[in-house]
Amino acid sequence: MPHVVEMKKITKKFPNVIANDEVDFTLEQGEIHVLLGENGAGKTTLMNQLYGLYTPTSGEIYIHGKKVDIKDPNVAIGYGIGMVHQHFMLVEPFTVAENIILGSEPKKGIRLDIEKARADVREISNLYGLQVDPDAVIHDITVGMQQRVEILKALYRGAEILILDEPTAVLTPQEIEELGIIMHRLTDQGKSIILITHKLKEVMALSDRVTVIRRGKNVETLVNENTSVDQLAELMVGRKVNLEVDKMPREPGEVLLEVENLKCHNNRKVPVLKGCSFNVRAGEILAIAGVDGNGQTELVEVLTGLRKPESGSIRFAGNNIFKAHTKDIIEEGISHIPEDRQKRGLVMSHTLAENSILGSHKKEPFSKNGIMNYPKIHEYSRGLIAEFDVRTPSENVAASALSGGNQQKLIVARELMRDPMMLIASQPTRGVDVGAIEFIHKRLVEQRDHGKAVLLVSLELDEVMALADRIAVIYDGAIVGLVEGSKATERELGILMAGGSLNKTAEDKEGDHGKNN
Amino acid sequence: MEKTTESRWAQLWDNFKFPLLSIFLAFLIGSIFIILTGNNPFVAYYALISGSMFGMSRIGETLLKTTPLIFTGLSIAFAFRCGLFNIGAEGQFVIGTLFTVTAGYIFRDLPAPLLIPIILTAGALGGGLWAAIPGVLKAKLGVHEVIVTIMLNYTALFLTNFFIRTSLNPSTLQGDVQKAHSVILGENARLSNMSDLMPIFGSSSLHTGIFIAVAAAFVMWFLLYKTTMGYEIRSVGSNPFASEYGGISISKNIIKAMFISGMLSGLAGATLVSGLTFKIDQAPASAGYGFTGIAVALVGKNHPLGVLASALLFGILANGERKMQIAGIPKEVVGIIQGIIIIFIAGEAILQYFPDLKKKFRRKGPKTEVAEK
Ligand SMILES: Nc1ncnc2c1ncn2[C@@H]1O[C@H](COP(=O)(O)OP(=O)(O)O)[C@@H](O)[C@H]1O
Ligand SMILES: [Mg+2]
Repeated sequence: MPHVVEMKKITKKFPNVIANDEVDFTLEQGEIHVLLGENGAGKTTLMNQLYGLYTPTSGEIYIHGKKVDIKDPNVAIGYGIGMVHQHFMLVEPFTVAENIILGSEPKKGIRLDIEKARADVREISNLYGLQVDPDAVIHDITVGMQQRVEILKALYRGAEILILDEPTAVLTPQEIEELGIIMHRLTDQGKSIILITHKLKEVMALSDRVTVIRRGKNVETLVNENTSVDQLAELMVGRKVNLEVDKMPREPGEVLLEVENLKCHNNRKVPVLKGCSFNVRAGEILAIAGVDGNGQTELVEVLTGLRKPESGSIRFAGNNIFKAHTKDIIEEGISHIPEDRQKRGLVMSHTLAENSILGSHKKEPFSKNGIMNYPKIHEYSRGLIAEFDVRTPSENVAASALSGGNQQKLIVARELMRDPMMLIASQPTRGVDVGAIEFIHKRLVEQRDHGKAVLLVSLELDEVMALADRIAVIYDGAIVGLVEGSKATERELGILMAGGSLNKTAEDKEGDHGKNN
Repeated sequence: MEKTTESRWAQLWDNFKFPLLSIFLAFLIGSIFIILTGNNPFVAYYALISGSMFGMSRIGETLLKTTPLIFTGLSIAFAFRCGLFNIGAEGQFVIGTLFTVTAGYIFRDLPAPLLIPIILTAGALGGGLWAAIPGVLKAKLGVHEVIVTIMLNYTALFLTNFFIRTSLNPSTLQGDVQKAHSVILGENARLSNMSDLMPIFGSSSLHTGIFIAVAAAFVMWFLLYKTTMGYEIRSVGSNPFASEYGGISISKNIIKAMFISGMLSGLAGATLVSGLTFKIDQAPASAGYGFTGIAVALVGKNHPLGVLASALLFGILANGERKMQIAGIPKEVVGIIQGIIIIFIAGEAILQYFPDLKKKFRRKGPKTEVAEK
């Protein structure tokens, strides 16, 4: 039997990168095939070519053994290929049914047959066991639901081959589990699935086979049973990596940051923090876990003076820093690794030297009486680059010239070299390669070991569980649960992240009672 | 350290090779137009060069025309470094002249060494305050500076005309008959003529304002690249979000940058009045130094030293134009050459924007991928 999909020696060149370099990829009938690789390895690019969004620079694509030329997504859909993108492409004010039929609407004459649309949606949603409410409006439903809608949309158009691009990035652990069940149900019905991810655990849990790509090149295709997380990590990164974080137990010190009943609005003046309270002690890592969009971004902005809160109180080392200016908060000894390094963390057109003193530029020895001391700044920057192993030709290049991981290292270096009392690290490893993750994690733990307070805000549950001494779960703008890091389980956190309460569910699911508190 | 300076020079060359090429190409294309008008490009360009540069008097005149352009070019470049498009240099220039004459009259009895610094400061202050208006509006209310500065250009012109007619008129202040210009500055308020200092400049009206202009360029360079203020202004100009994150106040820096930018334009007016015209005339439209300044800043890549060079180029074109006309070449040719230079350089800005765009594309997910289609 011919392969469902066979991509042969696919090369895709962009003006200054070769995103895919003679990549081979095959998909068999009814399998879940994971495409694994670090950020920027070329996974999305490869699949975009299968979906007709990009045309390969060279190489051939066969569907069921027949050579095809996929010029655009309509052709791809014609071949039964459906793709769910990393960022959903739903029309927010439309209903679920409207979104699913968009582009292939059932018509009555020239009019949209909305009744048939709803019936159709109900039918396929039953067929595949993907429960959705056809009349719900997209912006009212959860991200997990929205993903189902995307999948249904692809199925509605007759997809036999489904490409899911990093579908788990936005899901809670429970939702990830459900997605796994859905995927298996789909393959049972004869569909074939390509799952893109950079998370190793998912690969082991969900795949039949794995193809690893690194820097645009094929590394290997493996069968699930014959591999392990460690082997995959090594293949993905190209060297042995230590995925464990070494962390000694440590008694935390006194409370440094106290946040009480904090409330704030987002840019659209909608309340997002709705009474958030927690504290962080010296010598501990407190992690804020939660699904994206539950107020994490705003919380960090408020704590660092970048957003004005409405009410509540924030005290740091006994001082009131509620509504304080960023400048004064930096002065207090709070460092901040921002979640968006390109937007907040760096002035891209400035040199690394100039970037390494952002926030301390008015301090000696970097400046005195308003005059910058560039020789000192350069010297300092070189030291920082050396100590944090930032890969760059020199401190004179613009920040934009560095890779994402090295940009992040520069920011981490800058924030830690300031020798802060507290570090607020927001998504510190987002989009950086495994090597840099290892490095950044080590540095965070080091801060804690030196008696600093660390507030870690992360969407990656693995990161939270590996690093945190205590985990505060944020849901809908409030801290809904506080768990000891060493005792936390993924399931527990998942329930809290989805807005559930541990006590109730614990009673429901007999036996779990008393596990926390 | 050795390597640092070397790469600095490489960087500098990188920045200026394209403007130089653009200028060369502009002259090349300009020659096509000259041929189309039935003239010989060599004759035309010879006239242009000789008319502006052969002989110290002519060089003096060229530098005279260069002086206000240096100031307005610096003014626009400075605002630009903070991410602001100051279209209001024209109005700030006009207010600069108004303040200069006013201060010159009020303090008319002071000796020159005191009076001249006072009136120049007054002119700078006038321009600075005028520019601070859009600065404050932008910083506090988010009103776009382009709109406000354009409107204030007219306001400045008519306001100045009004004062020339009324309180600054010789008829009001000196009991003279009604004139179409303001009172005239006394000798003690005038910048020295260069030919008085160096007779070699002959009949040219070049005044010592050129020194002030060149000094301003170096001061601006120092301010931008050697002070914390410059660091903050450039940071806000390139990435306001990161600046905010670094504890830098966006609004304070916008106001500061507009004020300094306005001071530079105000100085253009101040030196022109105190060095050349000694009075201001009622005018239906302003002189255009502010607008040419935009081109000067653009060609000079918003770098103070680049502005010096590009102001000189525009000075040469402006001064050589006359001689070309005498040689029978339509003066529009000069306009065409200026236009082509600007188009090329603006074009390069667009070109530079593209890889940037692409970088932005690469950063984000599927949106970009769709965008390629
Ligand atoms: N439209 C594009 N233009 C230029 N380069 C791109 C474009 N899309 C992706 N790239 C580059 O191709 C490489 C692979 O990107 P991508 O396929 O998105 O990686 P992954 O999905 O594995 O994280 C990266 O270096 C990325 O910057
Ligand atoms: Mg991707």
